[in-house]
This record gives sequence, structure tokens and C-alpha cells, in this order.
Amino acid sequence: MNHEISLVVVMTLVLLADLIIGDKNKKICQIASIGLFLAHTIVCFQWSNSYSPTEAFSGMYLTSEIHMFVKNMLNIGTVLVFLYAYYWNTHENESHAGEFYFLTLSTLLGMYLMISSGNFLLFYIGLETASIPMATLVALNKKREESAEAAAKYILTAAFSSGVMIFGISMLYATCGTLYFDGVSESFSETPLTIMGLIFFIAGIGFKISLVPFHLWTADTYQGAPTSVTAYLSVISKGAAAFAFMCILMKAFSNYPDVWKEILWWIIVVTITVGNLFAIRQKNLKRFLAFSSISQAGYIMLGVIAGSDQGMASLVFYTLIYMFTNLAAFGIISSIEDQTGKVSMDDYDGLYDTNPKLAVVMMLAMFSLGGIPPFAGFFSKFFIFMAAAEQGEYLLVFLALLNTIISLYYYLLVVKAMFIKKSDNPIPTIKIDSMSKVGLIICTICILALGFISPLYTYISERSFGF
Amino acid sequence: MEQLANLAPYVLILPLCMFLILGLFGKKMCPKVSGIVGTTVFGVVSVISYYIALQYFFSGEFQVGDTYQQVTLFNMEWLRMNQDLVISIGFLLDPLSAIMLIVISTVSLMVHIYSMGYMHGEGGFQRFYAILSLFSFAMLGLVVATNIFQMYIFWELVGVSSFLLISFYYFKHSAVRAAKKAFIVTRFADMFFLIGILILSYYTRTFDFDKLTFINEGHVDAVFNSDLRTMTFLGFPVISIAMFLIFLGGAGKSAMFPLHIWLPDAMEGPTPASALIHAATMVVAGVYLVARLFPIYSFETPHVLQMISYIGAFTSIFAAIIACAQTDIKRVLAFSTISQIAYMMVALGVSGYGGVNGLGYTASMWHLFTHAMFKALLFMAAGAIIHAVHSNEMDAMGNLRKKLPITHITFLIACLAIAGIPPFSGFFSKDEILVAAFETNKWVFAVEYFVAGLTAFYMFRLYYRIFWFGEPEEGYEHEPHEAPLNMTFPLMFLAAVTVITGISWAFGKVSFTELISSDFTSYEIHTHWNIALPSIGAGVIGILIATFLYLEKTGRPNKAVSYIKKPYLWAYNKFYIDEIYLFVTNNIIFQRICQPIAWFDRHIIDGFMNLLSWVTNKASQETKEVQSGYVQQYAWVFIMGVITITLLSIYL
Repeated sequence: MNHEISLVVVMTLVLLADLIIGDKNKKICQIASIGLFLAHTIVCFQWSNSYSPTEAFSGMYLTSEIHMFVKNMLNIGTVLVFLYAYYWNTHENESHAGEFYFLTLSTLLGMYLMISSGNFLLFYIGLETASIPMATLVALNKKREESAEAAAKYILTAAFSSGVMIFGISMLYATCGTLYFDGVSESFSETPLTIMGLIFFIAGIGFKISLVPFHLWTADTYQGAPTSVTAYLSVISKGAAAFAFMCILMKAFSNYPDVWKEILWWIIVVTITVGNLFAIRQKNLKRFLAFSSISQAGYIMLGVIAGSDQGMASLVFYTLIYMFTNLAAFGIISSIEDQTGKVSMDDYDGLYDTNPKLAVVMMLAMFSLGGIPPFAGFFSKFFIFMAAAEQGEYLLVFLALLNTIISLYYYLLVVKAMFIKKSDNPIPTIKIDSMSKVGLIICTICILALGFISPLYTYISERSFGF
Repeated sequence: MEQLANLAPYVLILPLCMFLILGLFGKKMCPKVSGIVGTTVFGVVSVISYYIALQYFFSGEFQVGDTYQQVTLFNMEWLRMNQDLVISIGFLLDPLSAIMLIVISTVSLMVHIYSMGYMHGEGGFQRFYAILSLFSFAMLGLVVATNIFQMYIFWELVGVSSFLLISFYYFKHSAVRAAKKAFIVTRFADMFFLIGILILSYYTRTFDFDKLTFINEGHVDAVFNSDLRTMTFLGFPVISIAMFLIFLGGAGKSAMFPLHIWLPDAMEGPTPASALIHAATMVVAGVYLVARLFPIYSFETPHVLQMISYIGAFTSIFAAIIACAQTDIKRVLAFSTISQIAYMMVALGVSGYGGVNGLGYTASMWHLFTHAMFKALLFMAAGAIIHAVHSNEMDAMGNLRKKLPITHITFLIACLAIAGIPPFSGFFSKDEILVAAFETNKWVFAVEYFVAGLTAFYMFRLYYRIFWFGEPEEGYEHEPHEAPLNMTFPLMFLAAVTVITGISWAFGKVSFTELISSDFTSYEIHTHWNIALPSIGAGVIGILIATFLYLEKTGRPNKAVSYIKKPYLWAYNKFYIDEIYLFVTNNIIFQRICQPIAWFDRHIIDGFMNLLSWVTNKASQETKEVQSGYVQQYAWVFIMGVITITLLSIYL
């Protein structure tokens, strides 16, 4: 429980600081918020080194080493998002900066609970805790209509999907008589009602991970939301949900893997393909990354369908790499958008001439997303394909591989725009604030190095065994 | 052990860091600084490798009785594919890798020092040092590999850095062509190597050398317990095919006939690079590979080993004959290198396993060591000569012994060593190879005996043409002068090594058989004078013929050539092997095979791809309406999706 308790303390302090000194010392208040959260991240790392699996609330809440690892990972991602958001929070969003930090941390708390839940109810509460403040975050940009529209779409779809999900959970309760994962696993039987419950549940979480056909909100919300929030949504929120999804499938539905594997098989194929097909047409980079993130979610699901220890390890590794890679891309986009207001792909023509460093980092991110060796994205794709192929999913891996070719096409479009195309009206040379710079440097190093730092993967896979 | 394990990673990390630093920030450094930094850091690497090797051999910690133990200093898991299949990066220490550590760090350090003088003032000086560091990293990683896949990775890295060094003068057309040729030929051979690795490790379920070469009751355990032993393909045992394919990879890097064509052209690179890569280190990688897998060759595929000895014997005489007719001094040395490496291959080919039977193995490694020293010396001396007269051609040289005294003496020492005159180091190693050949295969022995004489002849032809013979007709444009100290120091150092190792062997101070043998157990041998004396005789005859022909400027060489006009022309044109290759590739492969394939690729494959992209594009266009922006429609799709999935999974 240490992670959660510490986070609640940090949240309270951030809220109090904003209330008491927020009006006069805005900058100090913000730096204090980031600092507090950074301290929380570091302390959590310390705890993870000496921690044994625990249970609380009579099995409602469970935690093991791999949970700790994922929570630490989410912490790091959130720190990076905070670094990127600093410029926006000190300029455009100055009056609501305190809310930004508090709401982000609330969603993070929800994700912690989702990950560590041992019971469908706690999971549901976690999911809602993660979703509702998110809608507020999406709407935070009050001067823009788009932001409000995005938030409305998000909250409506979220309400709808959580309705479907809780309906599914109630069906499971009706047939199994319990909401504990262990209990469901024991008394699960292949009746139409349970299968329906399972599918409704998958639909609800599919909304969070934005799997097709539950993905339609993604593009509009990503486009309208403030860029830092989009980054958070596409990486942290998605990663946490994917991990929780796999945990639940392996704990509660492990006795009937054929049922969900078949459903998931089709969902993965459709998700990757549709994500790619739509990404090709996008001109707005945030929309573009929204569809790219849909197809990436499909790849993440390959680890889930493997349903093995190795699948778990490769899923966590994939999410970790995806986090750094996508955050590098969002870091560039948000810096440029904050300073010039440009987010269209055509605006990026000739970026290399005016901002060579930004263009190179963006290129690395695109290569890594496309899975080109020797960047980290190649290794994560390699491991996740390996895990799926080991379970005999050859056709699925083949289809996913075909799709990586399509994805390469649109990732390279961005690179082409930046390096080859010339523009009469390029983005002027901009100076990035030091916070974003730190974030971008961390992401770049991780893209370049994580594939080669093999002890990391060994570390994850050791903890995934016997999970 | 602990201490060595802590030190070992630096042997690889330091050169890699140097490569990155010099490669990325070299342009911002002053050339001199980059040279000094590169050399100093490599000096540290050398000291560490010497320390590791000496500790291994002489501390006694790694010996049980007379046998050296194979130890893994560290082994880092890199890619784990599944329970069995893991690719690791590690550091394996045994007599073989310890010897190679000494050879590589010595020659590489000398080349680092030498290049400061030789490359002085050249454009791209920093780039040169960066690539040298990359090469050293790759070569060290290759020899300390704990598994065959790590070896393969570094093997390719060595190939890449060799490519970069040959094409160092990328504005010269010939250099670019030579680099391409070297890369394509070695890459072609590496393809077979990879196939061989995959066959071998697919059946033995391991990449690790310690498992692949573990011997149990007269068999290699990993092979014995696999299906590989009994399987055949087209009538050949699969294990033999695999091991032959692996040898082919080695043959490409070590320039065995008919894959030798790249090495003479590779002399287009800067001379220090030639000394390092194409004389002393990279080209012996093939020999090292065979030695590393020697237990498998020896126990499971003795006929492949026999084949290796024949290929080696043919290559050695073939290259030696060509060397007699070349006029470019670096090319003479290149063919001499091919011939000498083939010598080492022969030694492995005729060797048995264990004790005195493994004499060939010891002799091969011993010759590898001595040859690396004196051949690097010869190349660097050639570099000093080229530096002085600004030409590679013999006709532009002559009578240089007074003008380049240090180069002259050291060159002479190296020539005596390679000609097999005691007490220089080459005599002893060559002698053991001849003894091993004599005991196994008289035909191979006869060929090698003849090659020994031929070697003496062409080396002294080279020596006399450079340092005696009389000045070139048009005289020297600039008066040739001795190279600076940073170029002559490596020459003197390597000459000293050549003399000292020879003498200490002669007086029985150091015995190579105690350090390295096929089963890592030391044994004793005695000089076989019945073979040594005739081989000295052959060397002396070769030298005398060369003296008669080339000591002074006379008409004798031309007269001698006129007796053997045809053969001379053949040897001068390298037996037209290059032309044969060109004919085969241009007229047969390109026209008859590649063109139809190209047509198929352009029309069928590309057409299919275009169709695919057209379909993708169309589908993307057709479906974009789904994303309408209306939330009510989103909810509709959502719920229809749920219902469809439910119906499908309940009723199907």
C-alpha cells in the first residue's frame, strides 16, 4: 500500500499548497508540486527494492514485484509529462496549474488501484477514479472550444462504456457468485451469460486501451485536449489499462483461455489494421499519433494473447519503451505547439533546417515507433512478437508484421516532411525551456540505449515468472 | 579471478567509447589531440589485456595439473529468445583467447603509434582513429566471444570496419572499388558461415563454445547427443556440411583460394590499416575460428579437416608463386600474407587432438603469433618506404639501405624470420608446421617444403629490390629520408619481439607447447633437426637465388624471366582469377540468372506491392466516414461491436 499512501499524501500537499500559496507564488507552487512528485517517485523506487508480495482488504488489493515495477514506470512517465507541461502551465494555463497537477495525480491513483485490484469492484472504482478526473483534464484548456468538445465526447463515451462494463461485471457476479478474481476463476463455466459478461467487460476496458471498435473517441479527444494531457492519455493511461487487463485475464479467466483468446485475436487484427489505415490520412500530428497509438495498442495486446510469463514480460517491456518513445514525440509536438501553435504535418516541412536537434529527436522517435533496429522500439516489438509466436500465434504475428510495413510508411512521412521537403514558411528556430529539454534528453537516451541494456529485460522477465 | 573479471569489461568498453567519442566529436578536436587520446586509451587497453593474459598463463590460478582451465570472466545475457536460445555477450578466457589478446593489443597499439606519424597531415585523421578503435573493439570482442553468435556479431563488425578502412581515401575510385570487393566477397562467405552456425546450433541447442567443444569419451558431447550425427543430406553427413560451411566463412576472412581475391586489392587502404587488418589480425580470424571449434573438426568431421589442409596447401603455393611476380611491394606482402595464413590452416588441417598429436595446432597458433609480429613489421616498414619514395612500385626504389638505416635493418630481420632462418622466431614456428605435416601427410609436407623455399626467394627479391639493386633510372625526386621516431619505434619494437621470442625459444626459456595445445595440456617437444636442417637449406637456396638475381642491377632478372615467359605472365596476372570471376558474374550470373529475377521482381513483386498499397489507400479512403465526429454514432458502433462479438462467440 506504500505507493498509494505516499501518493495520497503528495496529492493532499499539492492541493493545500495550491490553496494556500498558489495565488501569490505560482511558480514556486508548481516547482514544489513537481518536486514532491519526484520525491514520491524516488521513494517508491527505494521501497520496491525491499518489498514482498502483500494483500490488503482481505484480497481486494494485491501487490507483487511486477506491480511495483509498473507503478514505478507510470511514475516516471508522469514525471516526464510534468516536465513537458511546465511551459504550458507557466504561460497559457497559469491560472489552473494547481488543478492540473492534482487531477493528474488523482488519475494516477486510480491507475494504481486498477493495477493492484484483486476484485472487480475495486478495479471498477480504480477505473472510474482514473476516468472522471481525466475528462476534467481534457477540458482544462478553457479558452478553446475544441477542448470542451473533446471532454464532452470523452465523458459521454466513458460513461457509456463503464455502464457496459458494470453490466458485464454484474453478469459475472450473477453466474459466479463472487467478484474476487480467484473466485471467478474457480467457478467460471462456459455459459452464454458468462461469455457475455466477459465480452462486456472487455468492451469496457477496450475503451480505455482504445481497441477497435471501442476507439472512436480517441482521435477527437487527443486532438482537442491540451498536448500534455494527450501525452498522458496515450501513454500512461493506456499502459496502466493494458497491464491491468492482462492481469485480470490471467487471474480471473485463466481456466478458459480459448474463449477470450479467440475474441482478442479478431480485436487485435482489426485494431492494428484500422489504426494504420486511419493514420495514413491524418494531417494533424496529434490525430496522427492518436491513430498510431491505436495500432500500438494492438501490438501491446499481442503480449496479452500470448498469456504466458513471457507475454507479461514483453508487454511490460513494450509499454516501457512505448512510453519513452511516444513521450519523445509528444515532447517535440507540445514544445512546438506551445510556442508557435502549429500542429499540422505540413507545418513540419523543413524542420531540420531550422531546428535540427528537434528534428533528429523526432526522427528517432518515429524510427523507434516503426520498429527499426537498433532503436529500442525494435527490441520491444521483437520480444512481443516472440512471445506471441511461442504460443503458436503465427498467423497473427504475420499479420502484425505486415502492418508494421504500413505503419513504417506513415511514420516515415513525418521524417520525410522534416528532412526532405522544403518550406517557404518553416517553423522558426525555437528555444525549448529547460524542463522540456531534460525530458527530451531522457527520452532520447532511453530510445537509443534501452534495447541494449539487456539486464532490464531480464529484470522484468524474472519478476513476471510465476506471476 | 575476481580481479580479472572486474577488469575484463574494460577491454571492450574502452575502445567502443573511443570510437563513439572520436567518431562523434572528432571534428571538434585538433587532429593531434585525437591521435594522442586514441593511442593513450588503447595503451591502457593493451596493458589490461597483457595483465589478463599474463595472469592467466603464469599465476597458476587457472591451471589444474598441466591443464589450463577455460574460464568465463563475465557473460551478459542480451537477447533471450526462449529457455534454450540465448544470445549473450561475454568474455571467455583460455589459452587461445589469451594469445589472441596479446597479438591484437600489441599490433594494434603499434599501429596506433605508427599512424601518428604516417597519417600526419592527412584529411580525416580523426576518422581514421575512430575506425581503428572500432576495429580494435570488434576484433577483441571476436576473440573473447563466449558463444558462436557473439563471434558472428563481432565478425561482421570487423568486416564493416575493414570496409571503412579500405575506403578511407573515398575520393579515390580504386579504393572504393577495392572496399566494395572486399565487403562483398567476405560477406558472401559470411552467408555460409551463418548457415553453418544455424545448422550446428539448431541441432545442438546451444551457441556456447564451452558446450560445443566439451569432449566426453572421444566425442564432442553436444554433437554426440544430437540428431546431427546420424543425419545426411544428399549423401553427405549434415555435421560435415555445417562444419564446412563454417570453415567457408573463415576462408572468406582468411583469404583462402578461391575467396582470396579481395585481399590484394584491399591494399588500397592506408598502410597502417593494412598492417593491422590485412596482415596481423582480421585475416587470421578464420584460423582462429577453426582453432576455436577444433574439437568438433577433429572428432566429428576429420575429413573436413583434411579438406582444410588441402585447400590450405593449394592456397599457400598458389599465393607464393604469384608473390614472385608482383612489382607493387604491398601486393607482394599481401600475397605473402595469403600464403602464410594458408600455412596456418595447413597446420590445423594436419593436426590431431591431444598431446604431441596436437603439434599442428600448437604450431599453427605459434605461427599466428610470430607471423602477426613480423608481417605487421614488414607492412609498417613498407609504409615507411612508401612514405620516403612516394610510390608503391619496386621500380621507383633501390639502394635505400643507407638512406633508411632503421627500416633496412628491421626489414631484414623480418625477412629472415619469414624465410625461416634461425634464430629468428619464424624458423621455429614454421619448422613445427613442417614436422606436423611430415608426420601426417607427406604430400602436404612436400608442398609446404617447396613453399618455404619460395617464400625465402620472393621475400629476398623484395628486400634486394628495395634496399640494393641500384637506384631507379630517373633518380629520386626528393632525397628519401628516414621516418620520424613515432614510425620507427614500432618497427624496432616488433623487430625486438621477433628476435627475442626466437632466441628465448632456442635456449628453451619459453616453450610454446607449455602455453597452448589442442587440449590445453602442456607437453614437451624437441627440435627435429632431420626436418629443420633441410628446411633451412630450402630457405638458404631461395635467398641465394634472390641474391644472384637482384643484388645488383644486371640483366639477369630479365633473362630469367625470358626462360619462363608464359608462367611468369600467368603469375604476374594472378592466374587471371579476377578475370574469371568477372566473366562468371557478368556473363553468367548477371545475364542468365539475375536478369530474369530482376524482371520478376520489377513486374510481379512490385506489382503485388503496388496492388497492396492501392488496396490500403482505397480502404483508408472508404472507411474514413466512420470517424464522423458524432458521439451518438460512436456509441452506436460501440454497442454494435459488443453485440456482434457476443453473437459470434456464442453461436460460432
